[in-house]
Amino acid sequence: MAVETAAKEKKQKKERVRMPEQAPKVRARNFIEVPTGYTPEMAKEEASRCLQCKNPGCVDGCPVGIDIPGFIKLILEGNFTQSIRHIWKQNSLPAVCGRVCPQESQCEGKCILAKKGEPVAIGNLERFAADWERANGTGALPPTAPATGKRIAVVGAGPAGLTVAGDLIQKGHDVSVFEAFHKPGGVLLYGIPEFRLPKDIVAQEVNFLERLGVKVECNAVVGRTVSLDELFEEGYQAIFLGLGAGLPKFMNIPGENLVGVLSANEYLTRANLMKAYLFPKVDTPIPRGKDVVVLGGGNVAMDSARTALRLGADRVRLVYRRSRDEMPARAAEAHHAEEEGIEFFLLTNPTRYIGNEKGRLTGMECIKMELGEPDASGRRRPVPVKGSEIELPCDLCIVAVGTGANPLLTSSTPDLKINKWGYIEADPKTGKTLKKGVWAGGDIVTGSATVILAMGAGRNAANSIHDYLMRGW
Amino acid sequence: MFKIVKREEMSQGTVVLNEIAAPLIAKKAKPGQFVILKANETGERIPLTMAYTDAQKGIIAVIYQVVGKSTALFKTLKVGEGYQDAIGPLGKATHIEKLGKVVCVGGGTGVAVLHPITRGMKEAGNHVTAVIGARTKDLLILEDFMRAASHELHVCTDDGSYGRHGFVTHALKDILDKEKINLVVAIGPVPMMKFVSKLTKEYNVPTMVSLNPIMVDGTGMCGGCRVSVGGKTKFACVDGPEFDGHQVDFDELMLRLQAYCEDEKACHNEFCRMEEMGRK
Ligand SMILES: Cc1cc2nc3c(=O)[nH]c(=O)nc-3n(C[C@H](O)[C@H](O)[C@H](O)COP(=O)(O)OP(=O)(O)OC[C@H]3O[C@@H](n4cnc5c(N)ncnc54)[C@H](O)[C@@H]3O)c2cc1C
Ligand code: SF4
Ligand code: FES
Repeated sequence: MAVETAAKEKKQKKERVRMPEQAPKVRARNFIEVPTGYTPEMAKEEASRCLQCKNPGCVDGCPVGIDIPGFIKLILEGNFTQSIRHIWKQNSLPAVCGRVCPQESQCEGKCILAKKGEPVAIGNLERFAADWERANGTGALPPTAPATGKRIAVVGAGPAGLTVAGDLIQKGHDVSVFEAFHKPGGVLLYGIPEFRLPKDIVAQEVNFLERLGVKVECNAVVGRTVSLDELFEEGYQAIFLGLGAGLPKFMNIPGENLVGVLSANEYLTRANLMKAYLFPKVDTPIPRGKDVVVLGGGNVAMDSARTALRLGADRVRLVYRRSRDEMPARAAEAHHAEEEGIEFFLLTNPTRYIGNEKGRLTGMECIKMELGEPDASGRRRPVPVKGSEIELPCDLCIVAVGTGANPLLTSSTPDLKINKWGYIEADPKTGKTLKKGVWAGGDIVTGSATVILAMGAGRNAANSIHDYLMRGW
Repeated sequence: MFKIVKREEMSQGTVVLNEIAAPLIAKKAKPGQFVILKANETGERIPLTMAYTDAQKGIIAVIYQVVGKSTALFKTLKVGEGYQDAIGPLGKATHIEKLGKVVCVGGGTGVAVLHPITRGMKEAGNHVTAVIGARTKDLLILEDFMRAASHELHVCTDDGSYGRHGFVTHALKDILDKEKINLVVAIGPVPMMKFVSKLTKEYNVPTMVSLNPIMVDGTGMCGGCRVSVGGKTKFACVDGPEFDGHQVDFDELMLRLQAYCEDEKACHNEFCRMEEMGRK
């Protein structure tokens, strides 16, 4: 017993193995991924910090319940091939999740080591296992069940839709994914930048599904090109809607339509999907601001700010109306952004945009805020401080204050019930909507959330769809 | 790939017609709706309102003016070649109904978009007068089509080289002075739509315009296409492209259309240089 405790203490004292990254000054001017990954030695060293708890907190913290100590043990033993297969049982996109999950509020936040020191770097290890497989794996496909002859249409090729497609194809069904954009991936492709999630990884995940037999139809705007009822007429027996929450919100303050004010969706879509950072080698332009202001405090704001820096901005300021503690961004992203030189203007709210006679943005007026009483979300509500207006000169402003439900499909499908914000009503356990044969999950049900929650919703819906197809409604 | 099955040049090669095989879009498209075309892997997504469609043959037709890098690239595409991506039909369809007397005013390539609406208005039982204009005779397009689609056609050129000497607004004013008009549809360059709307406002005649702001996705996801209509922000790709001309802030639209002028020029010059090199 005493020996065991001593061993535990020794483990706890071991320092967390940092993942090497590009130096802040260097990376702030390129689009290459920031952290460069663990070597096998580093991964084993970090894996050795795990206490292999009997009742692991980390697993409770994982929205899809990955057997974390299990896969870490396999890494420690050097059995990387089995380690990734162990993760795959619960998570089909580990290379993505290892990079973008908010680990600090999920698995790592619940890790026993976090109580006294630093938690096991679970995200880094997950990423390592997935990257190792991509570089060295056999590429062997998992077995699929015998064909059932059932046809399923998945609308939207984001993490929710891709998860449904992957699960159902393995259960022997015939799956087609319909995507409005000209390339699949959803936010993974058009939203999250290359320097955080290389697009090769997204392409490879989709390619993996295609090799399993999933058909991906791009340029298909469901609700316009084809309706849900037409899909049923074409012989699809079940439909999953993973439409995301793609409608950009604006501030609705004067001057918002000046040239130089863009939604983060537009800015990031130009940069990521259209690869406008390579302009003029590609044809889509993107405004290259010298003095940039980003509104918001989430991942989207961090991604926009860091993209602006990489596109040559001299100065990037992030204006957020609450305090640092309330920023919804992943801790790692806020940290990286600060290291790269992004200035945070906290407890500050924009009141209007200022432009010149050519209709171009030249600055904005903001007001200082202070924290008042807690609001419905439990966060203290920021209230303006009278007479504290300041003017920030800028030539580009990116609005990253949230997104909502795009009504394109729901408005053309009246029998699909939506709530007052426009999100689709669906059973939280199964994803069943009120339209027969139609499921929904991910951001279009919950409002913008996380990749892993969208995947979790996808998995639940896939199980429910499978049930329905084999047994009935 | 979305193959080009027919191609024609007009207006001395500054305007190009493409008939494109896109059966799914053709089946659904209605007058007034647009498609987004992307030529190749590195291409830009360009919105173009459809000039006509044929559901049976599975084709859609677009007519575009060569104005920058992307349309110059489109122009190089031959019959048998095609677009990597075509997305649509997007936007709201024109609301066509029997109102009585309708005047359809078109300028430049706007005439291509105006044509199916004109025909639709005539088929719906309206008396349709069409007014089309161009800078000069050689730039005029679809005259015969417009003649067939309307009851009466007036042609104007800015330089007087053909038809009536003057702007479409002059011809329109004469019509408005003469009789009670129930609706004016104006589609063309922004200044033209602005002045038509200004004129019809004086006569209190409802006016519909079709807007062409810069777009990315065309499905309401980026907000790049926002326009001010009656003091409210609208997304042209989903709320439009057609709006009440009396409510549109055309000056703002004009400024927003210039957003990428400098970049566009640089990109286009580079493209022309490469083309030139290719030829040598
Ligand atoms: C910039 C940015 C950074 C983010 N960073 C993180 C992060 O670090 N960690 C994290 O966990 N989460 C992050 N998120 C949130 C996360 O990406 C989303 O919660 C997740 O992608 C939602 O998945 P989804 O499948 O529901 O929808 P999406 O990923 O939005 O995919 C929906 C897809 O459906 C398509 N579609 C929509 N309507 C139609 C239609 N009518 N017909 C056909 N196709 C349609 C869309 O084009 C899109 O491809 C970020 C989001 C953004 C925007
Ligand atoms: S809680 Fe931490 S130490 Fe315990 S099993 Fe999970 S990762 Fe290992
Ligand atoms: S083009 Fe993106 S919202 Fe209209």
